[in-house]
Amino acid sequence: MAPAFVAPGRRLDKAVEALMVWILRLGGWASVLVTFGIIGTLVTESAPFFARVPVVRLVQDTMWTPLFSEPQYGIGALLAGTMVTTLVALSVAVPLGTILAIYLSEFAPARFRELVKPMLELLSAVPTVVYGYFALLALTPLLQMLYPDLPQFSMLSAGLIMGIMIVPYVTSLGEDSMRSVPMLLREGAYALGDGKLGVAVRVVFPGAFSGLAAAYVLAISRAVGETMIVAIAAGLQPRMTINPLESAATVTAFIVQVSLGDLPHGSIGYQSIFVAGAMLFLLTLGFNLAGHVLRKKFHRAS
Amino acid sequence: MNAPSSPPVAGSTRVSIRNLKFYYGTHQVLQGVSLDIPAFQVTALIGPSGCGKTTLLRCLNRMHDLYPGNRYEGVIRLQPGDTDILGPGVDPIQVRMRCGMVFQKPNPFPKSIYENVAYGLRLQGMNRRRDLDERVEKALREAALWEEVKSRLHQLAHNLSGGQQQRLCIARAIATNPDVVLFDEPTSALDPIATSKIEELIVELKKRVTVIIVTHNLQQAGRISDMTAFMYLGELIEFGETNRVFTNPAKPQTEDYISGRFG
Repeated sequence: MAPAFVAPGRRLDKAVEALMVWILRLGGWASVLVTFGIIGTLVTESAPFFARVPVVRLVQDTMWTPLFSEPQYGIGALLAGTMVTTLVALSVAVPLGTILAIYLSEFAPARFRELVKPMLELLSAVPTVVYGYFALLALTPLLQMLYPDLPQFSMLSAGLIMGIMIVPYVTSLGEDSMRSVPMLLREGAYALGDGKLGVAVRVVFPGAFSGLAAAYVLAISRAVGETMIVAIAAGLQPRMTINPLESAATVTAFIVQVSLGDLPHGSIGYQSIFVAGAMLFLLTLGFNLAGHVLRKKFHRAS
Repeated sequence: MNAPSSPPVAGSTRVSIRNLKFYYGTHQVLQGVSLDIPAFQVTALIGPSGCGKTTLLRCLNRMHDLYPGNRYEGVIRLQPGDTDILGPGVDPIQVRMRCGMVFQKPNPFPKSIYENVAYGLRLQGMNRRRDLDERVEKALREAALWEEVKSRLHQLAHNLSGGQQQRLCIARAIATNPDVVLFDEPTSALDPIATSKIEELIVELKKRVTVIIVTHNLQQAGRISDMTAFMYLGELIEFGETNRVFTNPAKPQTEDYISGRFG
């Protein structure tokens, strides 16, 4: 705008703009501050634990019983529970979510897609406590009909339901990234005489892989961090096992179980929550970093 | 799958188009085009934007079938075999295997250089490593790309330059020995050096395939084509030897377009 003419509203506009920039900036900083706050809490609260218990016991011990009079600190027992339930969940969510994403993006008529997508997203709006009881009261009895020795609480049942819960995340992100694969690429494959399925599997899927990898990483993070379903349906006894047919406690289930009790502040049990929390944090951080690397690698590819 | 290739008789008709009409929904884009495209020559389709030249090109490999609401009328006979590629019993996939296509922008698949060229071969059922190796090398040599990529065949095609990518797409299109290769403004996204390489390649290619090329670039049509078809508003205005069409056009619209008075 020419400097000779300054519209009356201009100074106000500038003030509003500056204000908006500050609001946005605060929003950005808030997320950074919260992250650092969490890290700070985890470190300061679990530090006293390590002052009393040598770190090697986390790997040396085979049981996790910090509240017993003869406490054991084998965090592996909790990590095993988290790992098994996560793997069960992923074995449902990744194939099902991917297939659904391919179907919605490449095969479904537009009207059907518009109908199904919101319904899928509704699936992720169901409270996890509902999923937990659904696993315990509906799925477990069903599985017991197939396999009568299955205990009332099992990682299998909790993991399967967790997988169903995660499907919409995989599908939604996966479908978006598949649809953003350029039509020109699809035409290239059709022009060579490929069919619809071939184009979807051989061209669209690899073309969308960076987005799919992001979806899978999100799915892992969700599964690792999920609390309610596993606390309700997988049992609360930490157990060093990789058999999904058994019951076991996950890291998150231990945290929720113990923090519901009346542990005195500063006791070893109280501090063990933060150790478990720190483990969880490291685990998810690791997956997110791996996902980031993966995404960068494949982003250059597509 | 493919009918056996006819002996290379330059000048015999490869594609014979009769009274071709094409509709996007209710909108008619081609108004009854008739055209005989000679084998083993380069035929250029020229004309102002919206004249229907790309639409015509995409009829020849039934590309329009990919989108709902499109309709063809008329006859397109492809030699050898005298197949009417618009005929009711004809599978568009079979048509596309005989008529390769190179697009406006290079569109290599997110795969290795090797797998890009092998894509069509695998679709046609070739699986033996030795056969594939041989045909991939042959296609890359014919696309004048072999020397540049032979040491990195298994790297991603996206690491190539734009011009190399487009030559890769040409290799991909010719690897299966199609009868016709359709070029849809293949150099519009390339710099002049890459463009001249592609042009040389196209002239070289006509020894073994029939080339049909849509181009906005009149100089390009003049440099590389043997025959030129000028289209305007969905109709074929003039078709003849490129030299004659450019130096002595029979129709006033052709002359106006070529001399730059419109389009």
